[in-house]
Amino acid sequence: MSLTRLGAAAAAAVTLLSASSGALAHGMAGERFFPATILTDDPFVADEISLPQVSLQPPAPDASQLTNIEIDLSKRITPNTGIIIGDEWQRLRAPGVSSVGGLGPLRTGAQYQLFIDGPRQALGLLGLNVTWGHTGRAAVGAPDFTTLSPTFDFGKGFGDIPRSLTYLRPFAITGNLGFDFPTQATTAGVPNPNNFAYGFAFEYSFPYMECCVKDIGVRPPFSQLIPLVEVSFTTPISRAPANQTMGTIQPGIIWAGPYFQIGAEAIIPANRFTGHGYGGVVQLHFYLDDIFPRSIGRPVSEWW
Amino acid sequence: MRRIVMTLTVGVAALVAAAGAQAHAFLDHASPAVGSSVPTAPTVVTLWFTQDLEPAFSNVTVTNETGQRVDLGNTRIPPGSLAELQIGLKPLPPGTYLVSWRVVSVDTHPTEGTFTFEVGSG
Repeated sequence: MSLTRLGAAAAAAVTLLSASSGALAHGMAGERFFPATILTDDPFVADEISLPQVSLQPPAPDASQLTNIEIDLSKRITPNTGIIIGDEWQRLRAPGVSSVGGLGPLRTGAQYQLFIDGPRQALGLLGLNVTWGHTGRAAVGAPDFTTLSPTFDFGKGFGDIPRSLTYLRPFAITGNLGFDFPTQATTAGVPNPNNFAYGFAFEYSFPYMECCVKDIGVRPPFSQLIPLVEVSFTTPISRAPANQTMGTIQPGIIWAGPYFQIGAEAIIPANRFTGHGYGGVVQLHFYLDDIFPRSIGRPVSEWW
Repeated sequence: MRRIVMTLTVGVAALVAAAGAQAHAFLDHASPAVGSSVPTAPTVVTLWFTQDLEPAFSNVTVTNETGQRVDLGNTRIPPGSLAELQIGLKPLPPGTYLVSWRVVSVDTHPTEGTFTFEVGSG
């Protein structure tokens, strides 16, 4: 055995030992791969970056329309903990006035991987996200107050149902259940409500079909496609009527390659409070743990 | 901001191209094929992966419907074909068999999976 191979074997041994906690990053739970979804927070700590995510939101009820160019970074600190940080450049167009552009609010988060159950293809994550006030341009809607958002994110693949249910096994669902607590009750006399925020991604994984259910003859790049529908809603629980729920429905598709994935979704308002018409979003998302497996793609705790 | 995003995107893409990185090893295809029915019993199961494997930490087993091993325990990666994993089989009567694999790619990422194939009903 050469020194190079011996070194690789030793590195693999260390990885296997560190993987004993079940934290493998990259959205893995047993044999199930969960892609990073565009709308729904991922239920796993990861070393990944969305660069960029570009969206054209549906026109709002007042006919204004927002364009976003967004960056989001997820970084593992230890195998089971991570942070996220994101920001966006926004351009707001409204009828009768000239458009304005500027940075949106800075978003950060701390995450803890609560569990990864490989045999049941299940994931759970606790997070505390913070949208920081006074970090973006007010003219594009950036708030002058900070919002704290505790969240529980989960994922479940259906590969563990009876194998006779062949074409149902590639299904998976991920979801978020959380709250938004603004640290300021009103802004210029307008209430900032506490919200219940929830969302789900319903996925059908051709990669899972091909690897673990049935070889239906689909080959790359088509075997790497994951059609999905995402939904997200925000319902006020104080300081605003509960019937002012806002949300979007986003059907789309993700192509997951070895080092990056590409996603595209339509954005459809779920009700009149959200807007009308439709918008769209595309995302280029890199897997840092695969691109830099021996350096910044590892948890910070394993850098030394 | 748009210029920064564009620069970062191109930069990361260039790094991806230049790094020669190895990613997670996912199952590309297998023989017998995943979920297939074959008329005659195979003597070997072969798995092809999307990345090269670390032999010391890559393994495959084959079990019958009662959970008994029906493989020969001789998992091997053929020389010169580091993304391929093989294991020999005992003579198989008609039935359904479960292939379970767990591999580590050469960049140390572990992955695993299972699938079944049937003998005698194809």
